[in-house]
Amino acid sequence: MCITCGCETTGHEHGHQHRHDDGTVHSHVHSHEHGHVHGDEHGHEHGHEHEQGDASVSRARMTVETDILARNDRLAAANRAIFAQHGIFVLNLVSSPGSGKTTLLERTLKDLAGRFRCAVIEGDQQTDNDAVRIAATGVPVRQINTGTGCHLDAHMVRHALDHFDLHQLDILLIENVGNLVCPASFDLGEHHKAVVLSVTEGEDKPLKYPQMFHAADVMLLNKVDLLPHVEFSVERCLEMARRVRPDATIFEVSARSGAGMDAWYAWLAAGVAGTRNAVKKG
Amino acid sequence: MHELAITQGIVDVCQEHARGRRVLEVVLEIGELAGVVPESVEFCFSAVTSGTLLEGARLVIQRIPGRGRCVDCRAEFGRSTYFDPCPECGGYQVEVLAGEELRVKELDLDEEEVRS
Repeated sequence: MCITCGCETTGHEHGHQHRHDDGTVHSHVHSHEHGHVHGDEHGHEHGHEHEQGDASVSRARMTVETDILARNDRLAAANRAIFAQHGIFVLNLVSSPGSGKTTLLERTLKDLAGRFRCAVIEGDQQTDNDAVRIAATGVPVRQINTGTGCHLDAHMVRHALDHFDLHQLDILLIENVGNLVCPASFDLGEHHKAVVLSVTEGEDKPLKYPQMFHAADVMLLNKVDLLPHVEFSVERCLEMARRVRPDATIFEVSARSGAGMDAWYAWLAAGVAGTRNAVKKG
Repeated sequence: MHELAITQGIVDVCQEHARGRRVLEVVLEIGELAGVVPESVEFCFSAVTSGTLLEGARLVIQRIPGRGRCVDCRAEFGRSTYFDPCPECGGYQVEVLAGEELRVKELDLDEEEVRS
């Protein structure tokens, strides 16, 4: 059982397979009750019916109406409560691989050093290459390797938080696995999903991956220093982004040249101030 | 392939509710805008349910059509993407009324298999 987040404390059953000394294998189910109260919706059962032709099966129909992501969403809500309690402004950065998320983070962390206390959670399937780059900026970083997993979930983030002194943080930046599909479905408890799109990727990405561009209320159009060298219409791209998410906050930046980064920093500063004010009022 | 994690979520929800009984049938609602491919869920289902209370269960997926309401002109219309404009006024500010569902709706349980 996980003692930090209660992730296995919902009193449900687990199937286990046991191998005995004589080599026989059998599986059985047992339930755990941890005396833990949670906000689960409980189903309603409608009597039962007997299947014709099979008197041994007695069926009960149960109305469940429970979100499939209920468990992730519960843990995301718990993360959100932790962030609120400590007044930490949290961003979930999503993009395709190679959009420049890590370079954007490196520049942001260097430029904001001394102004805000930042930390980073790095999500990748394999390697800690990005975490090593972030660590070089002097900012606390925790790597999560998802193995074959294509996204971070709230549970992984909850455990990564144990490695930071949350009282010493203003901003937490979560770099999700590079993937414009899967991370859209998983709430991590963040304040904003920020999607990074680079001008080398093609201007129609918002329409190709609408789920992600709809889920993200912030968009950073990165590598604008390369615009003279690529066929990319910023105007068309932004028009498509606004079709999918009309209220998106959009920044045109180059993490390499520094263009447009001041507007991004001003927005981050406003987010930190808003989060701090909420703690004071709370 | 987040459908694998989604399908694991289905197993979690069902096992919580089944409380030791074998699950014979699972009815899901998947909205057209939910970003989940039903065929992929079906593909993952037998692998993920193996050795659980759901092993061998029938999977029924009900697809919920997308529906939106234009924030500007209040027109309601079917919406299968996040980027089609309002057919009345051409606006893109559209509130989603339906189509983002991702729910376990009903279960059929084998009452004879209650275990405590």
